[in-house]
Amino acid sequence: MHMSGSVFTLDDLRRILLESAGAEEGTDLGDDILDKKFGDLGYESLALLETGGRIERGWNITLDDSVLDDSTTPRALIEAVNAHLAAQAA
Amino acid sequence: MTATVLVTGLGVAAPNGLGTQDYWEAVCGGKSGIGRITRFDPAPYPSRLAGEVPGFVAEDHLPGRLLPQTDRMTRLALAAADWALADAGIRPQEQPAFDMGVVTASSSGGFEFGQNELRKLWAQGSRYVSAYQSFAWFYAVNSGQISIRNGMKGPSGVVVSDQAGGLDAVAQARRQIRKGTPLVVSGAIDASLCPWGWVAQLAGGRLSRSEEPARAYLPFDAEAAGHVPGEGGAILVLEDAAAARERGAKAYGRVAGYGATMDPKPGSGRAPGLGKAIELALADAGMSPSEVDVVFADAAAVPEHDQTEAAAINTVFGFRGVPVTAPKTMTGRLSSGAAPLDLASAFLAIGNGLIPPTINVEPMTAYGLDLVTDRPRAVDVRTALVLARGHGGFNSAMVVTAAD
Repeated sequence: MHMSGSVFTLDDLRRILLESAGAEEGTDLGDDILDKKFGDLGYESLALLETGGRIERGWNITLDDSVLDDSTTPRALIEAVNAHLAAQAA
Repeated sequence: MTATVLVTGLGVAAPNGLGTQDYWEAVCGGKSGIGRITRFDPAPYPSRLAGEVPGFVAEDHLPGRLLPQTDRMTRLALAAADWALADAGIRPQEQPAFDMGVVTASSSGGFEFGQNELRKLWAQGSRYVSAYQSFAWFYAVNSGQISIRNGMKGPSGVVVSDQAGGLDAVAQARRQIRKGTPLVVSGAIDASLCPWGWVAQLAGGRLSRSEEPARAYLPFDAEAAGHVPGEGGAILVLEDAAAARERGAKAYGRVAGYGATMDPKPGSGRAPGLGKAIELALADAGMSPSEVDVVFADAAAVPEHDQTEAAAINTVFGFRGVPVTAPKTMTGRLSSGAAPLDLASAFLAIGNGLIPPTINVEPMTAYGLDLVTDRPRAVDVRTALVLARGHGGFNSAMVVTAAD
């Protein structure tokens, strides 16, 4: 379990994506994926819902549905999660 | 309206063989896939034998993207659909999406996946339940996943009528082809060998409690005492004959006739409906009983139901009037996967001139059946009848013939 106030990293997201939805053939999550669209990486809304659920459990936060809708790239989702964590720590 | 419908591809996942060739060799060699359950510890349960599909490693057949969202039955169905399409020489990505449909049968949906998520629900809470539970357990999930993987957007669906569903789905696929969809993927794969699926089957009261694989499932035998369940089945590619001919496809045979009935209410005194289903299937095929070369029996292995089936067969064909077989004595009863596997066996029997045997059974003389036992029988098979009954009174019969 992660402490609130910790930082959510790209590696965390890579691991959770793999656990929750696997990886599309021909897609290497080890590549520079920060600004790729989730859709282009092969993740549809249900994959992101599952990913969001796992982030919420692991980091003990609650994400608004709009966070998943609005975060169309790994960079945007990581920033949104870290904003939550920072707000919680403050 | 009544276009000829051919079967051009087979994909088999059976307890005694993975892949069509493996299965056919096993079934002609009398090789059984029934054994003590290994997928969970069966010790606490009164029935402990099942037919498990051996050696299927999902990662070898499916992309990683599909693994977190699929039950075992769906993984087997996706692989079997791939094999069936390859066998038919169809590259789905090269076909118009709306010219291909998917109609499978299902008896239980993805029980193992569902059990795991329900366990998380009560042990850890709702936040731990997979988003994929929304569809991974569902009856229609095999049709849906086959459709998505292969880009098939034509008429699709699922038929749920227990073991009879395996034929009902193929009949529905034939209807869709006759309405204008040139190709429909059909058949069924069921797999619910997990504690939740097991207790559901136990509640039906028809499972054998024997612990001896060779003595546990004995349809038409004096010692019949219930059946052994199994997992697997077969996926079939059905095509409009004109379309298949146009692309020069080989065909295993033709879906020639189908009939389905419901049994009357228990206690009504009216006759069971299986015989009528056979008559309807023959009438639909425009064939007489004497043209049928082999019957693949439903083979309940519950004395009352064996009696009903034997009486239905004898009424139509006469006492010992047609060879009857139950290769499912080597696999167990596969729920909705059973009849599609029997259809595959029927087409292979037509192609090979060989009726696969019923194993372990010493048929009761009183049933009056010419049961093909122990070893395959060489017969020039042109027409086969497949029977399937579902819990609750479903009776279905399908006549298949050689393609020409």
